[in-house]
Amino acid sequence: MRRVIGGCVTTPMDAPESSQYADPEAVAAGARGAENRSLRQIAWQRFRRDKVGMAGGIVVVLLVLAALLAPLLTAWFGHPPTQFNQHLIDPLTGGVLRDPDNPGPGVDLDPWGGIGAQHPLGVEPVNGRDLFSRVVHGARTSLLVATVATVVCVAIGTVLGMTAGYFGGWVDTVISRAMDIFLAFPLLLFAIALVGVIPDGAFGLTGNGLRIGVLVFIIGFFNWPYIGRIVRGQTLTLKEREFVEAARSLGAGSAHIVFREILPNLVTPILVYSTLLIPTNILFEAALSFLGVGINPPTPTWGGMLENALRFYTIAPHFVIVPGLAVFVTVLAFNLFGDGLRDAFDPRSSD
Amino acid sequence: MLSYILRRLGAGLLLLAVVTMVTFAIFYVVPRWAGRSVEQLATMYVGRAPTAEAIAATVERLGLDRPVVVQFGEFVRGIFLGAEYRFGRETIECSAPCLGYSFQTYQEVFPEIVARLPVTVSLAVGAGILWLVGGIAVGVVSAVWKGSLFDRAAMAIALTGVSLPVFFTGLLILAFPVHSWGWFDTPRYVPFTEDPWGWAEGMFLPWITLAFLHAAMYARQTRAGMLEVLGEDYIRTARAKGLNERSVVLKHALRPTLTPIVTIFGLDLGLVLGGAVLTEQVFSLNGIGRYAVSAITQSDLPVILGVTLFGAVFIVVCNLLVDLLYPLVDPRVRIR
Repeated sequence: MRRVIGGCVTTPMDAPESSQYADPEAVAAGARGAENRSLRQIAWQRFRRDKVGMAGGIVVVLLVLAALLAPLLTAWFGHPPTQFNQHLIDPLTGGVLRDPDNPGPGVDLDPWGGIGAQHPLGVEPVNGRDLFSRVVHGARTSLLVATVATVVCVAIGTVLGMTAGYFGGWVDTVISRAMDIFLAFPLLLFAIALVGVIPDGAFGLTGNGLRIGVLVFIIGFFNWPYIGRIVRGQTLTLKEREFVEAARSLGAGSAHIVFREILPNLVTPILVYSTLLIPTNILFEAALSFLGVGINPPTPTWGGMLENALRFYTIAPHFVIVPGLAVFVTVLAFNLFGDGLRDAFDPRSSD
Repeated sequence: MLSYILRRLGAGLLLLAVVTMVTFAIFYVVPRWAGRSVEQLATMYVGRAPTAEAIAATVERLGLDRPVVVQFGEFVRGIFLGAEYRFGRETIECSAPCLGYSFQTYQEVFPEIVARLPVTVSLAVGAGILWLVGGIAVGVVSAVWKGSLFDRAAMAIALTGVSLPVFFTGLLILAFPVHSWGWFDTPRYVPFTEDPWGWAEGMFLPWITLAFLHAAMYARQTRAGMLEVLGEDYIRTARAKGLNERSVVLKHALRPTLTPIVTIFGLDLGLVLGGAVLTEQVFSLNGIGRYAVSAITQSDLPVILGVTLFGAVFIVVCNLLVDLLYPLVDPRVRIR
């Protein structure tokens, strides 16, 4: 249920193929003496007790805030993400000077990249751009691409998954085969190829607008089967349930059953698995930027910074750590948050 | 059993056909949708600073102005029978299987891929063995000693592992143990036939980097599967009839746990064989993946096309192999 592309995880872990998902009644029955609590209230109470999941959730909220408020944060520290600070840099090696005001005889480089009150995370080698500002702005790109791509995955996956599960027969066979086929594609290579063949100005988009569009399309269009499988499995079980049977016997058409009876019950699992798909998509976006086929410089991206770090790790080891940790912390936080949500909604976990 | 094999072969061929079609579409159809003219498309295949004549010749040669179906036929024909490229009086042979011809380096793509294959295969196979054995071993021990210190530590590390992209772990290894602390030499590829020890030494760090991520996932998967199986009735029966714990775990519980893992392993190995793009890029190993990445900076489209197709074939073949090996792992398939 998950796949790895060139060493980049592209799906949520442990996503069950068919459902072991919260059957609302089972959860309600499991929570004895809590007849008046809804499924969401029960899940929320469970989730609140899950310290690791909560920590993940808090970090996710902070990251989203940081991304939204990036221009404010940057203005506060006074270093725009593209401002060069050449005076901090040793012109010979491109490394960051230990004491820029007082460059003594010989080159004295700071392995911590000038971390201090002025630059809380130090500066880049060669052009001295402020790393804090670039990391915070990088969060915007990362979260934007990952979120929009996840929405695309969810949209395609829900429509096709429900169609396959509800209608069954040859429709199901065709869609399920298609999901297998999509999983067999060398995604990273396809992404590289697509970026290579699509010219600037295509589809009325230029520069980074186009790049973001292409990234969202690739990630969304090739990762939908994960959501698709989960939705299909859910639909298969839901359509046999009594309330659907009841609606049908009252004369409801397919459209009513699909949109009014089944879809509302799919909202929770879809939301939970979307949370687990976001980190996968963040990693994918970072991987593409690392390979130089993501967002164009000078727009800061974590992957792009790591690509630069590959060139300068000998003179500026801190430059590896800062964007790398940004990716790691973000992905870990989303994974913990998603795992926590999944467990909270899982009827089999103990209450 | 025969019908199972035939059906799997059929499915494999179908998958291959679809992947070829999609690859073709990406290179020949998508650019047109995106608004490239036939001439612009041809330019991407001719190379730097082409003359108008060369562009016209490429349009002619690739038949870019013909219907898409005809072009696809030619494309497939090239793979099986080879192709010829004519530029004025000059004729370039691209022998079968022709995955394209780079007009930037004046080389056929397929032999170039084959030349880089040992690097990618070394990386994939070495890392594959490491992550399969390591991941399953850790997963089994964690499941058996559920809740122990080992289990909790291993699962915490595994959760960290799945959140660490290889380009970050690889860079960390390069920056600290290799460069700053000088514990290892910079990884490089030495052919196995020349110096087996040097080969293993040079590939060790890339193996670790690539295997860590996968091992983390396999450990989580194995643990979850084992825990589920260990709760089954037949395990209780096995224990009740007095089997020792070792054979309960290793013979009765491990086998059904392995079935889904073997499937995933086939897919993962296929993907990595088709180019461990990120690992090769981080450690500057000249494998198939890096070949494609360096081609993009020069807009050398035939190379990217060739590698993409080659990678897809690997995935399909690995999937097929897993399907064919499946009856050995899961006897129920034989009966069906």
